[in-house]
Amino acid sequence: MADLHINFAGIQSPNPFWLASAPPTNSGAQIHKAFEAGWGGAVWKTIGAPVLNVSNRYGAWHYGRQRMLAINNVELISDRPLEVNLREIAEVKRAWPDRAVIVSAMVESKPETWREIVERIEDTGADGIELNYGCPHGMSERGMGAAVGQVPEYCEQISRWVMEAATVPVIMKLTPNITNIVLPARAGVAAGVNALSLINTINSIVGVDLDTLELTPSIGGKGGHGGYAGPAVKPIALNMLAALGTDEIVSKSGLPISGMGGIATWQDAAQFLLLGAGSLQVCTAVMHYGFRIIEDLCDGLSNWMDEKGFKTIADVCGHSLHRVSDFKDFDLSFRAIARIDESKCIKCDLCYVACNDTAHQCIDLVGPDGTLVEPRSYDVRSNGKKDATELRPQPVVREEDCVGCRLCYNICPVDDCIRMVEVPSGRSAVTWSQLSEQQSKVTEDWETMKEYRKQVGIEIH
Amino acid sequence: MGSALHDAASALSEQLPPLTPHAAAVEADRCLYCFDAPCTHACPTHIDIPRFIKKIASQNLRGSAETIYASNLLGATCARVCPVQELCEGACVLGSDHKPIAIGRLQRYAMDHAHEHGIYPKVTAAPSGRKIAVIGAGPAGLSCAGELARLGHAVTIFERRAKPGGLSTYGIIALREPAEIALEEARMIEGLGVKIEVGVEFGKDRSLAELQKQFDGVVLSGGLGKTPSLGIEGEEAIVDGLAFIEGSKADAASLKVGRNVLVIGAGNTAVDCATIAKRLGAERVTMVYRRTDREMTCYVHEYDFARKEGIEFRFLAEPSRVVLEGGKPAGLECRRVELGAPDASGRPAPVAVKGSEFVLAADQIVKAVGQEKPSLAALLGLETKKGFIAVDDSFLTSTPGVYAIGDCIRAIGAASTVMAVEDGKLAALAIHAQLAPQSE
Repeated sequence: MADLHINFAGIQSPNPFWLASAPPTNSGAQIHKAFEAGWGGAVWKTIGAPVLNVSNRYGAWHYGRQRMLAINNVELISDRPLEVNLREIAEVKRAWPDRAVIVSAMVESKPETWREIVERIEDTGADGIELNYGCPHGMSERGMGAAVGQVPEYCEQISRWVMEAATVPVIMKLTPNITNIVLPARAGVAAGVNALSLINTINSIVGVDLDTLELTPSIGGKGGHGGYAGPAVKPIALNMLAALGTDEIVSKSGLPISGMGGIATWQDAAQFLLLGAGSLQVCTAVMHYGFRIIEDLCDGLSNWMDEKGFKTIADVCGHSLHRVSDFKDFDLSFRAIARIDESKCIKCDLCYVACNDTAHQCIDLVGPDGTLVEPRSYDVRSNGKKDATELRPQPVVREEDCVGCRLCYNICPVDDCIRMVEVPSGRSAVTWSQLSEQQSKVTEDWETMKEYRKQVGIEIH
Repeated sequence: MGSALHDAASALSEQLPPLTPHAAAVEADRCLYCFDAPCTHACPTHIDIPRFIKKIASQNLRGSAETIYASNLLGATCARVCPVQELCEGACVLGSDHKPIAIGRLQRYAMDHAHEHGIYPKVTAAPSGRKIAVIGAGPAGLSCAGELARLGHAVTIFERRAKPGGLSTYGIIALREPAEIALEEARMIEGLGVKIEVGVEFGKDRSLAELQKQFDGVVLSGGLGKTPSLGIEGEEAIVDGLAFIEGSKADAASLKVGRNVLVIGAGNTAVDCATIAKRLGAERVTMVYRRTDREMTCYVHEYDFARKEGIEFRFLAEPSRVVLEGGKPAGLECRRVELGAPDASGRPAPVAVKGSEFVLAADQIVKAVGQEKPSLAALLGLETKKGFIAVDDSFLTSTPGVYAIGDCIRAIGAASTVMAVEDGKLAALAIHAQLAPQSE
C-alpha cells in the first residue's frame, strides 16, 4: 500500500490533505472533528487584525444541476478574538501531535506587528506559519492580503521581516489576481521563505438578481467582488502551479509548493501532485460535503498510486512537469482525428451541430441506406418511435477533413464513444521554434507559408 | 356522508400529479438538448421538444409554451393523452441506458403555466377576408380552425354536441384528461377569433350546399361513428363503451357500475372502460377478447396499467349471446376460439370452435370494439378508402372545396389525438396555400 505520509518543508503530515485556511478551520472544535475524520493537517483560518463580518457573505455559481461549481465569499479573516484562536491552536496541537497544524496570519504591514504575530503563533506549538498575501476583499482595502500579494516587492519585504523572526517553517501563499504568478513566487524565494502555496481565491462577481436587479448575494442592497474558489477554478490553479514548477528560479530554489484551488476528488489531488504540489489544501469541497470526504481522497489516491506503482507522495510530486511545454515546442506534425464508436453512439447529434456550426465542418449525417442526409430531412408525415429511431442518421467523422480539434470529444455525453486517434501525418516532426529558426520566412510571410504547406502536404479548407 | 360524489370524482381524478417546479427543473436539466432531436421527429406534430424543455430549464416558461403552440395548439391535451412511450419518449436517446426524459409531463408543466397565466397564441396575420367552415369541434377541427385563424381566416366550427372538444371532452377518461382541460383549450381557440356553434348537426341543421355558398371552404372533422353491433342475441342489454366513458366524465357518481363487469374488446378504449368500472367500485372486471395478449390493439403500457389496476383477462373467447335474467344481464355466453391463418389485418384469424359455448357470469357488460366508419362519406357521396373518407395530400376530398381530417380519414395508422391535431395543422396550411393566390 502506498505511503501517503509527507514531509513538507519539515512539516510532517500523515497524508498530504490539509484543510485550507478558511471557514472549515475557524475553530478548534472544527479541526478536532476534521482530524478525527482523518485530515492530515489544517491551516488555521487567518488570524491577525481585528475585523467585523457581514451576512450573505457566501455566493455561489451553480451550473445546471451542479450546485456550487464555485463558491464566492466576502468573509474576512477570523473574527474571533486573537487570544481565543491562539489558545485553541495550542490545544489542538497538543491533542494531535502527529498532524500538521499551520497558522495563517495577516497583520498590518509593519515589521513589529509581523514580528509579534509570528512570536505569538510560535508560542502555541504550531508546526508552521502561512502568510496570507491573497485575501482579495476587505483586507486588501486596508493594505493587507492581495494588496501585498499583487506587489512582489511588498511580498519580499514583509516575508523578510517574518523570516527574521520565525523559527518554524514559513509558507508564503500567493494570490492568483496577478498577471504573472512567477514574480511574487520569486520574491518569496529571494526573501528566504520555506515554502509556497497557491492559489488563493480569484476576484469575482457571481451574478445579478434578475428580480431585484441587485448583485447576488445582496448585502443590504449592495454587493461586490468576492473570492472565487471551488471546482471551477481548478484549471487556473493547475496552470499557476505548473508555471512555478517550470520557472527556473522557483524550481531551482527547491521550495515545496502546497497546491490548492478546486480540489474535490482524489483525481484532482493526483493531478496537483503530478504538477508539482507537495501538499494539498481543500476548502470548497469540504464546505459542500463535510469533513467525511477525506476518506475517499486518501483511499482513492492510495489505490491509484498502487496501480501506478508510486510508493510515496514524493514519487508522484512533479512527475508530469516535464510534459509542460509551450506552443512553440509542440510537434506540428502530430495528427489525431476523432472517431465515433457507432455501437456506443446514441445519436444525440451534439457532435454534429458543434462541429458544423462552430468547428471545422467534418462530421456528416449518414442515413440508414448509406447516403448523406441533411438534418431534419425526414418527411413531415413521418413520426413515431420506430421511424424516429430507425431512420435516424448516424454522425460520421469525415476523417480526411478532420483537423482533430477535439471539440466533439469534449461534448459527447457518452463515455468513451468518441476517441481521439493518433494517425500518421506523413510529415516529419517539426516545432514552430525549429521552423522559425530553419525557415524563418515560412513563419513571417503568408505566400511562403502557402508554399510550405503545399510542399509538406498540409491542406486546410 | 355525502362523499359518494367526491369519492367517484377522486377515483377518476387525473392520474399523474403536475410536476413541482423543482421536479420540472431537474428533469429539464437532464435533457441533452439533442440536435435535430429524435423526439421531435417522433412527435406527429413535430414540436421542437428540446427547445421547449431548455426553456423550462432557463425558467422561460412563456417561451416554452409558445414553442409548443408553434407546432401544436392543443399541447395541453396532447401532454396528457399522447402515448408518449410510442412517440417522443419512445425515441429519447436516453431511453437505452437511462430513463427517457418525461417529455409529456414537462409539456404539461409548460401548458399548465400558460393556461394559469393566460399565455395563449395570438393572431398576427392580417384578416384575409376568407371564411372557412369546420364540421366538428374535436381535436382535428379545433387545431385546423385555430391554425386557419392564425393565418388570418375567419373560421366557424359547427359542433353537433352541446360542448366542444370531441373525444377530449367526452371520450377520454378523466384519469388521463379532465373535461375542463379540453374545454379550456376550446376557449383558447375561440380567443383566436374562431366561432364555435354548438348543437348544430351537419347534414340536418346545415347542408353542405348551404355552407359552400357561405364559406370559401368546408373541412369535415366529424370523427367516427358509433360502436359497431356485435350481432348477438341480447345485445340491447350491453352498455356502449363510449357512452360509459362519457357518463363517467359527466357525472361519475351517478354512473351505473355493476359488481361483476365484463368488457368486450382489447383496445385502449376497452382498457379505459375496464379502468372506470374497477375504480368506481366493481368487484371484478374482466376484459373478454377473441385473440390473445399478443394481438391486443391497446398499447403495451395500457395493458400493463390494466393489470396493475387488477383487471382480469379472458382471451380466446368470442361472445355469442347475452344471458338475460328478468331483462338484465346475468352472463355472457362465449365460444372458445382457436387462432387460424393470418387475416386481412395480418393477425391470426379467430376461429370459433363449434359447441364450445360457456358462460361468463356478469351483471354488466360493456362493449368497446372500435367505432363505425364515418357516415358522412355516404351522405355526401364522397369517395372512400377502406370505408374512411378518401383525401389527397392536401386533405381535399373528392368534392372540390371540401376537406377532411382526423379519425374520419385514418385509413392507415392508429387514430390518435395528436395525429388529428397534425391533420388540422397541415390541412390549414394546405387550405391557406390554395386560398392565398386569390387573396393577393
